[in-house]
Amino acid sequence: MTSPTRAVHAEGLTKRYGGKTALDSFDLTVPAGTVHGLLGPNGAGKTTAVRILATLLRFDAGRAEIAGVDLRRDAPGVRRRIGLVGQFAAVDEILSARQNLFLFGRLYHLSRPAARNRAAELLERFALTEAADRPVGRFSGGMRRRLDMACSLILAPRVLFLDEPTTGLDPRGRGEVWDCVRDLVAGGTSVLLTTQYLDEADQLADRISVLDEGKVVAEGTPGELKAKLGGDRLDVTVHDAAALDRTAAIMARVTGGEPQRHDDGRTVSVPVIDRVSALTEVVRELDAEGVTVEDLALRRPTLDEVFLHLTR
Amino acid sequence: MSTLLQPTPDTGVPYRVRWAITDAWTLTTRETSHWLRQPFEMAVGLLFPIMFFLMFGYLIGGDISVPGGGDYREALIPGTLAMTMMFGVETTMTAMAADTQKGVTDRFRSMPMSASAVVMGRATADLFQSALSLVALVLCGLLTGWTWHDGLPSMLLALVLLLWLRFAMLWIGVWLGLVIRSTQATASVQILVYPLAFLSNVFASPESMPAWLGALAEWNPVSATAAASRELFGNPGWGGDSWAAAHPVLLAALWPLVITAVFLPLSVRRYRRLSR
Repeated sequence: MTSPTRAVHAEGLTKRYGGKTALDSFDLTVPAGTVHGLLGPNGAGKTTAVRILATLLRFDAGRAEIAGVDLRRDAPGVRRRIGLVGQFAAVDEILSARQNLFLFGRLYHLSRPAARNRAAELLERFALTEAADRPVGRFSGGMRRRLDMACSLILAPRVLFLDEPTTGLDPRGRGEVWDCVRDLVAGGTSVLLTTQYLDEADQLADRISVLDEGKVVAEGTPGELKAKLGGDRLDVTVHDAAALDRTAAIMARVTGGEPQRHDDGRTVSVPVIDRVSALTEVVRELDAEGVTVEDLALRRPTLDEVFLHLTR
Repeated sequence: MSTLLQPTPDTGVPYRVRWAITDAWTLTTRETSHWLRQPFEMAVGLLFPIMFFLMFGYLIGGDISVPGGGDYREALIPGTLAMTMMFGVETTMTAMAADTQKGVTDRFRSMPMSASAVVMGRATADLFQSALSLVALVLCGLLTGWTWHDGLPSMLLALVLLLWLRFAMLWIGVWLGLVIRSTQATASVQILVYPLAFLSNVFASPESMPAWLGALAEWNPVSATAAASRELFGNPGWGGDSWAAAHPVLLAALWPLVITAVFLPLSVRRYRRLSR
């Protein structure tokens, strides 16, 4: 089989609910074998986009192709090529993990022996063999999610949609899901992932689209998005909180940027363009004014800062 | 590996029909697996109507007399059977709401499986479970002295009419499950089912109720099926002068038809609206 080079391609997808536009001329291209992150606050349109691309929602305008198959013309064809992991672990909690995989395998029209073999294979791959015959209701959140993903991968789909796959999971569960996603991508699956967590997009995605109020407000690699915020940042942490105002004033004067105070009450950040000279100048001025500095750091902006900047 | 796992595209009507039946059966076995996994819950479900029969037959109904001197407990078995069919609406609604809320329905919808199978599998499993509770209650009746008096064909026709009512309840259940979606809200519907079931001739004569309530009770679909079963089993009934009381079998055939004609299209529309 020839593999299309684009896992997902969407042009001008638009979805309206009454007078409200949930998704506004949404464009997206996900090259095969890559992870694309849809990032945005609640209600930004991330889930709407994924539900449209996974054939669950009709759309009002635009067109899209999944693995080379047109979404409007051949929805069943799209369904054979995708896996969907929604916001809840959509598995049967009374049945065992093995029974779930067998059930969904049969519904994917595998023969009984093929469904049984595929279940065993996926249990092994998602490290669920030991718990395979226990009811899913007694699984941890991370295990349930892993089973949920396994059920979406029965047909080894080209494209996997993950809608907030780690919402509600503890850090360990998140780590488990991240490892699964990395393994899948290493095996050639393309992933479209929505998340509210910037570190998740930073960790997993090759490219990111930032959505706000149904519109894509920025698109690029995590590095490009961070660069958009205007280079590096200088953090100064002072020993005495009383010196914070003076420090902020010095930093503003030296760099010409607008200082931001952190929640700890003792740290100020400011964007810098000429890294080293700004650093040297700030240190000299602080020393001259007698401010005791506890910590000083030059760093790349975090995605949080990018995100707040873009969706403000 | 991936080529082996790609099923052939669904072309042609025979192919689609075959898979619609296979998918529905697969989903039926999902429900039967639930029963095997949760035998206690299954047993409680079967004992629930028996408990009603015993409570009314032995604890509450000691003084209730049936016109013509019939045995109250004889009239109670067909009534409880009809009530059990009506309570089936909760089973369907709860299961449908749980699947929809947890995203299982969305998973089905994102898969290359037959769309009609989602409901047909549920229907088959629910009818099968209701048939089991009919058998359990009939056995309980036989043990406590109840029996049918008008021959096997009439008795079987009564069971068919009972399941016909259950079939109609399926569509109300599917519709409610899709409308409600949350498992918490299903609890309030479950409570409201009681007054609807009791506003009938199942446990008491409509003639003993205030006139307007009695009239409602006589026209209740549950009453029609209960009265029809009483007639077909040859068990004593309440009688009455209304048209409804005089034509129970006809009404027991018509009511579920009307309910299905209303709620089946509503359910289909609601299911389609999931993609809006």
